[in-house]
Amino acid sequence: MSETLKSLRFTLLAVVAALVVSAFIIVITDIEALGNGDFGTALSTLRTAYWGLFKGAFGSLRAISNTITGATPLLLAGLAVSSAFKAGLFNIGATGQMLAGAMTGLWVGFAFQLPPLIHVPLALIASAIGGALFGAIPGALKARTGAHEVITTIMLNGIASFTVLWLLKTEAFKREGRDDAISKFVEESARLPRLFGFMGKRIDLLAHSGFIVALLATAVFWWLLRKTTLGFEMQATGFNQEAAKYAGMRTKSLMVVSMAIAGSFAGLAGGSEVLGLYGYASATVAGDIGFDAIAVALLGRSTPIGTLVAAILFGALQAGGRQMQVDTDVPIDLIIVLRALIVMFIAAPLLVKAMFRIKGEAKSFGQTFRGWGG
Amino acid sequence: MKFELRGITKRFPGIVANDQVSLSISTGEVLALIGENGAGKSTLMNVLYGIYRPDEGELMVDGKPIHFSSPADAIAAGIGMVHQHFMLVPVMTVAENVVLGVEPTGRLGSLDIAEARRMVREVSDKYKLELDPDAVIEDLPVGVRQRVEIVKVLMRDAQIVVFDEPTAVLTPSEILEFFEIVRTLVGAGRGVIFITHKLKEALTIADRINVLRRGKVVGETAPSATNEDEIAEMMVGRAVQLVVDKHSAKPGDVMLAVRDLTVVEPDGRTVVDGVSFEVRRGEIVGVAGVQGNGQTELVEAIAGLRRAAGGSVTLAGRDITGDSPRERHVAGMAHIPEDRQKQGLVVDMSIVENLVLTRYHDPEFSSGVRMNWAGAKEKAAAMVAAYDIRTTDPSQAASTLSGGNQQKVIVARELSRDIKVAVAAQPTRGIDVGSIEYVHAQMVKERDNGVAMLVVSTELDEVMALSDRVLVMYRGKIVADLDPRTVSHMDVGLYMAGSRPTAVSS
Ligand SMILES: Nc1ncnc2c1ncn2[C@@H]1O[C@H](COP(=O)(O)OP(=O)(O)OP(=O)(O)O)[C@@H](O)[C@H]1O
Ligand SMILES: [Mg+2]
Repeated sequence: MSETLKSLRFTLLAVVAALVVSAFIIVITDIEALGNGDFGTALSTLRTAYWGLFKGAFGSLRAISNTITGATPLLLAGLAVSSAFKAGLFNIGATGQMLAGAMTGLWVGFAFQLPPLIHVPLALIASAIGGALFGAIPGALKARTGAHEVITTIMLNGIASFTVLWLLKTEAFKREGRDDAISKFVEESARLPRLFGFMGKRIDLLAHSGFIVALLATAVFWWLLRKTTLGFEMQATGFNQEAAKYAGMRTKSLMVVSMAIAGSFAGLAGGSEVLGLYGYASATVAGDIGFDAIAVALLGRSTPIGTLVAAILFGALQAGGRQMQVDTDVPIDLIIVLRALIVMFIAAPLLVKAMFRIKGEAKSFGQTFRGWGG
Repeated sequence: MKFELRGITKRFPGIVANDQVSLSISTGEVLALIGENGAGKSTLMNVLYGIYRPDEGELMVDGKPIHFSSPADAIAAGIGMVHQHFMLVPVMTVAENVVLGVEPTGRLGSLDIAEARRMVREVSDKYKLELDPDAVIEDLPVGVRQRVEIVKVLMRDAQIVVFDEPTAVLTPSEILEFFEIVRTLVGAGRGVIFITHKLKEALTIADRINVLRRGKVVGETAPSATNEDEIAEMMVGRAVQLVVDKHSAKPGDVMLAVRDLTVVEPDGRTVVDGVSFEVRRGEIVGVAGVQGNGQTELVEAIAGLRRAAGGSVTLAGRDITGDSPRERHVAGMAHIPEDRQKQGLVVDMSIVENLVLTRYHDPEFSSGVRMNWAGAKEKAAAMVAAYDIRTTDPSQAASTLSGGNQQKVIVARELSRDIKVAVAAQPTRGIDVGSIEYVHAQMVKERDNGVAMLVVSTELDEVMALSDRVLVMYRGKIVADLDPRTVSHMDVGLYMAGSRPTAVSS
């Protein structure tokens, strides 16, 4: 327990450190005020900015809804990276797996007419399967040929994006009367219900029950790691493949299975975006989520709870960042800087230690990246 | 020069690894540090080398206090350490490895490898290490690799050299060579601290012996004033039986049969060459041999971790040559691997998890996909108690265990299963004399319960004491099948070296 607390403290300190550095950036870039030697204004800009950040993330029901909306795909894709990490694999391919899941979910969403109680789960399962199959490819490549998953997942991301672009222009997926790469709408019966649907038809509350799916997925990930033989085997393989072999584990099939599981989480991320948020798919449905997910997994140290907290934090920063941009002149790009700083401070525990003068032996948090060795 | 540790206390969660320990070492002497597994020897040396900062106590050099906040400080102060797990790059040459970290650079900042070669040769000559600077590490035997580590330390001008269990991985002849090196070092005015579990070695080479028990210094003595039994008692706190207590074997049916087993390396070398032998239920068969004569590969082929190029392995009458390691486990084979950190353990996982690593699929520990952690914890607690594994909390990572206690985890796990055949490579490597007594007794008990036991060890004393029959392996072949009661150590040694005793002793 004390280990968990310690790592929690580190994460917290890293976030604080990043906020402090960002504060400097905000003040320094407030050139107008600084040019007039007007520190007071610069500081008040800072206050407005951070207040906006908080307000936009948690200040109202709408803010909370926005935070949840942002956190949902980040959490699912984050789990895709975390679960692969646990098995010693570095999954850069969440983007491609998301796209695969988005397309299979989309297809089930528009090609059938079913009662919602069946249609929604069916479409979600289709997303998970689509992502799992696509995720299994780099696993199989590694098991068969030893090709490093970092390389293959990156290449598969490219393959996925272009395939989606092409698919969206085929008759099967194309939206009637549109020439650009945009899909049909999914049936209403396949749409994930709005989380705050009970509040009437407020169109500004976008949060959908994909978040519930994400929470369930987190619980499944936890259960897998803690309670199952498969999770035990995945972790043993992740830490020490030689020992896993010695123990009689089938490390090669485990690579494929672990990547399929990771892919299914990412597939759900794609599916929940299509079925919950947009109601259709476009070429940019995955956005940068697959890459942000790496930061989420790293920040969450690949644990289920950690990934959850990190995803919510990143969702909040994203939602708050928009408010901050409205309230001040600070551009939303600062959020990217802020996130990068957080990741940097997590990856450099020695720096955080030195900054906060924490005693004790330094232990690298970078060990999450064990998968690099090949 | 004199280094002193005064009142050093180092705590880990739930345990005091060093409790007010004081000791000193001067240049020109050899200090042997001995003690049970988990007594705190490695921890103490890590404090001296600046890896750990002590919670209490201080370090003194020639009476002046000094602080180390990293190994770099310790090195600057003249302390060198040869770790048990060597830190060498296998594909690089000796000279390249030696200069890693202390690179002599020539013009334009390019690595001056000629200079490095010259330096290696100089140090090697001075201390009679006989190293070829251009040899590639992966081609070298363990003993020579260790000398590369020694050169690394000496090139940084270490006055005191610390060796943590240097002889655990060495063959008997390499150990003699190692002692020569230690004598040369001391002759050249260096000081040596030497950790070992082999009491004979401490008596042979040390000027002084310090004994640690449960974090405290419990005694200091000199080889001239003591003997093995006395030190063992001082270490463990009770009299220790240093010979294996067993009656003669009553061999039954053949349980493990190896026929014409051949193993070929990817590069085409035949490392196990048509080996045939049998192990019957109720007997312990030892395989003696100098490290690197195919024992490792033989064991891995029997355990299913290496494919046999020819021949067969039969377990209780069933051909298992093509079986996976898991199928062999289920069929009743236990395997204690040679390298505990690489194969035998997942050191980042908990002690409980490691204690069920090869048997989590048993109905006792899981049903279907569900792990039964409560059952695993219960069984783990029993094994921890039976094998005296020193830990305060079995849910801690195995990496927090001392080296010998890690080994005990493996032995406990493999021997407490329901097995027919056990294949044990270096089963007591790094284990203290008290626990060796227990492990040996356990192995004899398993034998008497009808297990067929194959023990591979470079420790000739162990093979001779434990086995009912001794096979000698040389260059991939079994060259002798001997009765340890009638054959002399000397003769076994000759077989191991590839020759035959001239006068046939009976
Ligand atoms: N990083 C750590 N965290 C927690 N406990 C530790 C850690 N390192 C060592 N210990 C504990 O400190 C005690 C002393 O360990 P140490 O490795 O110094 O023993 P040792 O005398 O070298 O034993 P061995 O002969 O088995 O190598 C042991 O009980 C061990 O479990
Ligand atoms: Mg030790």
